[in-house]
Amino acid sequence: MSIRLQQLIKAVRACKTAAEEREVIAKESAALREAFREQDQSYRHRNVAKLMYIHMLGYPTHFGQMETLKLIAGSGFPEKRIGYLGLMILLDERQEVLMLVTNSVKMDLNNTKNMYIVGLALVALGNICSAEMARDLAPDVEKLMDCPAPYIRKKATLCAIRIVKKVPELLEQFVDKAAELMNDRHQAVVLAAATLMLQIVELDPSLVDKYRPFVPHLCRILRSLLQPGGSPEHDIGGITNPFLQVKLLRLLRLLGRGHADSSDAMSDILAQVASNIEASRNAGNAILYECVQTIMGIECIGGLRLLAINILGRFLANKDNNIRYVALNTLAKVVSVDTQAVQRHRATIVECVKDADVSIRRRALELVYSLVNEANIRTLTRELLDYLAVSDAEFKPDLTAKICMLIQRFAPDRRWHLDQLLAVMLQAGAYVKEEVARALLVQLTNTPDLQPYAARAMFRALAAHGDSAAPTLLATALWVVGEYGEMLLASMGGPLLEGEPALAVSDADVVSLLETVLRRHRSEAAVVEHVLTAAMKLTARLPAQVPRLRALIGRFTTSTQLEVQTRSTEYGKVFSHERIRAQLLERMPALDEAEYLRANNPEGAAAAGGAGGAAAAGTARHANGSAGGSAGAAPAAAAAAKAAGASDLLGGLDVLGGGGGGSAPAAAPAPRALVDDLDALLGGVPAAAPAAAGAAAAAAAAPAVAAVSDDLLNLLGMGAGPAAPAAVPAAAATAAAVGPARFHPGSNRAPSGPRRTPPGATHSHPCRPLLSTPTAPARPRPRCGPLRLLPRSLLHRGLAAARPGGHLQPAQAPHQPRRHGGHGGNGQQHPNRRQRLHAAGGRPQVHAGQAGARLRHLPARPRRQRQPEAVREQHAARRQAAGHAPAHHVCGGGGAEPRGAGGGGQLPAWILRWSDI
Amino acid sequence: MIKFMLMVNKQGQTRLAKYFAEFLTTDERRALEGEVVRKCLSRTDKQCSFYEHRQYKVVYRRYASLFFMIGVDDDENELAILEFIHCFVEVLDKHFGQVCELDIMNEPEMVHYILDEMLLGGCVVDTNKANVLEPVQLLEG
Repeated sequence: MSIRLQQLIKAVRACKTAAEEREVIAKESAALREAFREQDQSYRHRNVAKLMYIHMLGYPTHFGQMETLKLIAGSGFPEKRIGYLGLMILLDERQEVLMLVTNSVKMDLNNTKNMYIVGLALVALGNICSAEMARDLAPDVEKLMDCPAPYIRKKATLCAIRIVKKVPELLEQFVDKAAELMNDRHQAVVLAAATLMLQIVELDPSLVDKYRPFVPHLCRILRSLLQPGGSPEHDIGGITNPFLQVKLLRLLRLLGRGHADSSDAMSDILAQVASNIEASRNAGNAILYECVQTIMGIECIGGLRLLAINILGRFLANKDNNIRYVALNTLAKVVSVDTQAVQRHRATIVECVKDADVSIRRRALELVYSLVNEANIRTLTRELLDYLAVSDAEFKPDLTAKICMLIQRFAPDRRWHLDQLLAVMLQAGAYVKEEVARALLVQLTNTPDLQPYAARAMFRALAAHGDSAAPTLLATALWVVGEYGEMLLASMGGPLLEGEPALAVSDADVVSLLETVLRRHRSEAAVVEHVLTAAMKLTARLPAQVPRLRALIGRFTTSTQLEVQTRSTEYGKVFSHERIRAQLLERMPALDEAEYLRANNPEGAAAAGGAGGAAAAGTARHANGSAGGSAGAAPAAAAAAKAAGASDLLGGLDVLGGGGGGSAPAAAPAPRALVDDLDALLGGVPAAAPAAAGAAAAAAAAPAVAAVSDDLLNLLGMGAGPAAPAAVPAAAATAAAVGPARFHPGSNRAPSGPRRTPPGATHSHPCRPLLSTPTAPARPRPRCGPLRLLPRSLLHRGLAAARPGGHLQPAQAPHQPRRHGGHGGNGQQHPNRRQRLHAAGGRPQVHAGQAGARLRHLPARPRRQRQPEAVREQHAARRQAAGHAPAHHVCGGGGAEPRGAGGGGQLPAWILRWSDI
Repeated sequence: MIKFMLMVNKQGQTRLAKYFAEFLTTDERRALEGEVVRKCLSRTDKQCSFYEHRQYKVVYRRYASLFFMIGVDDDENELAILEFIHCFVEVLDKHFGQVCELDIMNEPEMVHYILDEMLLGGCVVDTNKANVLEPVQLLEG
């Protein structure tokens, strides 16, 4: 004897935990299985009812499916009722078992004694019938649509919907039937018939013509429904059968769409509905809502449209959120049809963006977004910005992204663009995407007129909000202040733009600002890095402040942040090469905006990156071959330089605009100075033979010529190595001398040198820096940065070449690092790098591997932690270490070599030793 | 077209679930119900009665401790669905007399019968109380 359903429900309710509930269900399921196995007939309906309850709770019930079939096959109504219910709930059309029930259903459909049994079968069929069942039973259902009992007619008609959906071929036989039933006296049957017609038209739009003649009839039905007191049994709040009215209006919409005559025929009744339905009740609003959609959906004259738009206006002003939601929903659908009409409600829509309800806010925001154009961008952006300040946090990311997109798309001029983006960054900087800031900077490099203004604006923003600013704003502002620092001074910046407040700034103030930012964001490595780069650039822009800036930069040589320390040390080194410092810190070249936008399109970027990579690989092979074979490295290097320039062009890297060849004249002065510089560095090395000078010149000239891709230098290394073995170590040493802390082989990071890059362009801080997207054009390349030219591979190669038998095979060309591969972001290029390092043999690579391992395990461990040990072991050593360059624990390349103490002009001893090798 | 109907109390316990037109496995149903219910319960009274979830638009209405949620496809008239929920609750009220959550919980099959008289394959069959309850009550007696 099993328990009753109510008892089971009670037992489940009494459960305090989910585990308890599972236990009760498991026990009951076992009992049910037992009962089913015993073919217990007397309690079968009760068992199936319990099974449905268990199913509702979300437990498996497949074992009881056959029981429902047995119940259906039974003779009593109560059994059949629970059996059909079980069929609908426990089974679905995909199950084979369903086929077994077809015969029982057929018999029930033809039951002449009890129409409620027929009703049960129709409901079940309408809910779950499969295609096979539909084919088998369609004739029976069709017959039932003529049944004298309206109870059967309405159900059979709706059942037909399922059948035609499952088997569209059967559509034909129901087309006329549906139209016939529209004349039925019973509203429920008419409703079912209208639903069926809608379904038929949706399934086969060509049948619209067949139903068009019924438009006047549909209008008549609708008109009769509009009569007050027409049929009290379907009255809801004074409105007769709103469900039927809604269905009829929808049907009219489908019939009137694209057909002027039908639209005309229905316009009277639509006007009547639109003006007579009372909007105080939800039912009335449902009809009005449908009516408006119909008016907007058919070929309609202006007057009626106006009526519809006005109804939407009333909806928008309604206090009820639901009504406002549907109004926005409809406006969103209508906006493509009649933008002007929607524009009229702009103010209300913008108000809705500020609604308390997130559903409404989102709808409104989407609508506003589609309403913005060049004419109203200023007002709408102001509204949205006002709202941004007060909106809640979960909504800000969306809103910010939309505002930024609108600004970028419709900005009437560049100053406005800058102002608005700055305003967005001040209000919601955390949500502004870096791409947006980057695009702004690209634009700025192209707009010299705006640069002084931008510098002043950013200065003001930093001065006023420096402590609370988001990283994106800090990075952007610091970059601008660093890049255009001298324009802040009244004497250099030119006249103020219209409506701009005056800004009295001395060069000392600029430096003070950097210091203030540093004080407030000392712990944020990314910010400090940007400050350092800005300070470095300012040394060239504000000559009077060099000592202060230098002190500022020097402050971080002992930072525990690897990148900060690196920059500080390297930038400090630049001061010992006064001759090239100004060149190094020249203003950034303007980036090609169109190119940038193209590359920023993700698909375009991927394609461009791929092409660039392939081209570079080809170039490398080609250059290697030609340079290796030539005795004089210089021509080959020049060729390589051009080739590299070309590959950069392909990869969208044309920073200079002129390409490799075009920029050659501009670079002409560079080689001379650099050769001198190299000479100076190499001063103590007697081995600097003419061949070496040639190679060095080539090394120096090439980067200058081609806006230097790192590949280039590596290419040169490849080319020059075999030709002038003696020169290469020298060149390598030169580079090494400038940036001892730069070489972190295997440190998963692009080596950094004194760069003329925008803030953080190459560092690998988790917060991805500006202008270093995977899209190459975002990162401007230095025009004359010979010092950063990479000599790690050069160094390695030089070592290999210099050692007896260490001659590099051309076949190793693919190992050439493409460190700043235009196509790869940091994330992409690192794996390649590591792989390359591990794959390559030779001593330098061994160093690389060790360093990599160390870095991974001891990331920038603070020195203090290590000192006690040193104290115990060797006091003298500790003193010495403390006095030395801070970089030694992060430098793998040099092994235990003490690093340069950083004196200006004087060469550290270890460089000489390298070159001695 | 109505895709599913859920009756869930404030604690998130499902009291009744009915799916139309599409069949989901037990796991899919559980997941869907969990998400829909969580979203619904997190909404406040001030918010409107509609929200979107996956491909559905959910229209819900709260009566005392019980939420009635109906998932519809995109081109359904939300306000009409809202009206339908109210209609359904009135029918329940007439049948049970002062219907409460306990009635629905204890007699799920009866609620199913009533619902089957009002909805078929996701379409409205009838909303007239007498028409709906006649067959149900006839057979009860």
